Amino acid sequence: MIKGNFIDNLPKVYGIYTGGFLAFIIIMSIAEQMGMTAKTIGICFVAFTVAIYAIIGYLSRTAQADAYYVAGRQVPTVFNGMATAADWMSGASFVAMAGGIYFKGYGYMALLVGWTGGYVLVASLLAPYLRKFGCYTVPDFIGTRYGGNLSRFMAVVVLTVASFTYVTAQINATGTIASVALDIPFQYAVYVGLISILLCSMLGGMRGVTWTQVAQYIVLIIAYLLPVFWISNKMGAGFFPHFMLADEVSRIAELEAQFGFVKNSAENLKEVPKGLAGITKAHSAVNATPWAFISLALAMMMGTASLPHVMMRYFTTPSVKAARKSVGWSLFFIFLLYSSAPMLATLSKLSLIDPSLPTGIIGKSIAEVQSIDWYQNWNQANLMFVSDFNGNGTLELNEFFMGGKAVVLATPEIAGLPYVISGLVAAGGMAAAMSTADGLILAIANAISHDVYYKIIDPKAETAKRLVVARVLLVVIGFAGATIAALEIQGILGSVIWAFDFAMSGLFFPLVLGVWWKRANKEGAIAGMFLGLVSGAAYLVWVRTGGSGFLGITQLTFGIFGSAVSLVAMVVVSLMTQAPNAATQKMVDEVRIPAGKSILGKQH
Amino acid sequence: MSKQEQHWEKSKGLLMMTLAIWFVFSIGIFLFGAEMNEVTGPFGYPLTYWFTCQGSLGIFVLLIFWFANRQEKIDEEFGFSERGDD
Repeated sequence: MIKGNFIDNLPKVYGIYTGGFLAFIIIMSIAEQMGMTAKTIGICFVAFTVAIYAIIGYLSRTAQADAYYVAGRQVPTVFNGMATAADWMSGASFVAMAGGIYFKGYGYMALLVGWTGGYVLVASLLAPYLRKFGCYTVPDFIGTRYGGNLSRFMAVVVLTVASFTYVTAQINATGTIASVALDIPFQYAVYVGLISILLCSMLGGMRGVTWTQVAQYIVLIIAYLLPVFWISNKMGAGFFPHFMLADEVSRIAELEAQFGFVKNSAENLKEVPKGLAGITKAHSAVNATPWAFISLALAMMMGTASLPHVMMRYFTTPSVKAARKSVGWSLFFIFLLYSSAPMLATLSKLSLIDPSLPTGIIGKSIAEVQSIDWYQNWNQANLMFVSDFNGNGTLELNEFFMGGKAVVLATPEIAGLPYVISGLVAAGGMAAAMSTADGLILAIANAISHDVYYKIIDPKAETAKRLVVARVLLVVIGFAGATIAALEIQGILGSVIWAFDFAMSGLFFPLVLGVWWKRANKEGAIAGMFLGLVSGAAYLVWVRTGGSGFLGITQLTFGIFGSAVSLVAMVVVSLMTQAPNAATQKMVDEVRIPAGKSILGKQH
Repeated sequence: MSKQEQHWEKSKGLLMMTLAIWFVFSIGIFLFGAEMNEVTGPFGYPLTYWFTCQGSLGIFVLLIFWFANRQEKIDEEFGFSERGDD
């Protein structure tokens, strides 16, 4: 059936895979009709998909350094786009984004703009140039461009702080989903999630991660879009929701005006379980100041361009030209999911609050709502709660509370879709969280194994030994992440946003100026990375411990302060110290043109 | 000016244009979010709301492909494009 080279057969391989996955969904829905329990369906979905990823991970095993670090630099444009989209869209995007939009409306949608607009910076400022450079990791670029072990080491530090903050959230998300789908306690489920993650990356490194991420993208996009379209059609809201929900959006605004946003007393709110929220913000109206919106979007855009697990995906394309195009494809595949999240939030909200719909619960009696099956299920899962604060026996808008995750997880059930869809959504969430965790753990482990171990500690190490070190680090970092995730310190979304701020504080300007400003030198870059990261972190601690902050910079946007300090420090220190030598200047010139050999050799 | 300098000048010009468009749709229009939302946008959504859901996001996708094509043309013009592959 398959002849010749694997790369040439990619469309066929993934075509068969997609067909197989759709067939699996159909088989599961038949099994549901025949009486398979919801729990078994959930287990089948998660186990089946994870097993496929593990097989891909095993088939991609390698003993070559360039295959392990950059997938042999032969990943075609479109497939690299899919892999990047899976790498990018985390458990938070999949499970929490629609919920964030549902509760916070416009103010939250700055994240959508930020997490997509950042790719314009990636494509125009960085990705093609770093691809031309020929580095294995992001610190590899910093270390070679600026020279010296200290600059390389500082880049590893920033990368590790940002990625580690991010990865604990992802392992946490895999744990949450595994614990629900497999029905095991969270502290064990975290390690089940971790082992699944390591199965994809350990043997094949970047090559394994690339081909599992493509497979994970296919699962997660089907799992996200199918319910959105199905719900929209079932509600009669429109055949193609993205273009047809204007009436629903204006109906929500109408209902908001009718119900009003009644503020609950602090005493009443004490009754509400932790993590649940009510609808307190307008759905489609502008509910944030321009600066609040713009600062959050800007922080996410600059963070996107500084996060190493995204950047290193563009090291795997065959050419500079392909790297540029590939950024476009990445964003296209991301756009498919991101543009659907607001539609899901709209459908979910309308189906719950519109009294004229059969699923609407606002205006019904409290006792009636409490007797609905799905309400009881999600109430037990600690994701839904109602209480009759004003004692009138009827549910008001301000008396209904829900967890952010429920928008994605519960809406299919509320709309009356079969359970097979819930199983599919669990598999999609698992795919999203696993693919991001894989990319991040690999970014950290590669930076430490390549930049710290090979480049600084033991430059004579043989390939076999380097790859053993890389794999040991992968496991160690994974377990460290899982251990911290098991402690459940912060929420998923908060720590994701912090990761962006850390990355932009320390890395944005050293990366960008490395290409665009020849005069930038080693001392400047070290100062920029160090002072940027330290001042950003200090600002975060200050605001977290009751500091008032300034210029409207919050704990979610502290990277704006960190990166500003980084820019000033880098420019001032660079100008005060000697200009980079002629060889470095020539290297920058070389980076700026696509033709010719890469700066670093194929094996380095 | 050497060929390489000319190539870089043109590339910088393209970068500036790309960043200007990026700035308008990621930052500029949201300075007037409240005013713009009074207007009905594509498919009947409020205009600012539409930009945050689809408009800006879609424009970024197109912008990157447009940028990639223009940059390729510039590279070819000066003979700096890579041989063969894609």
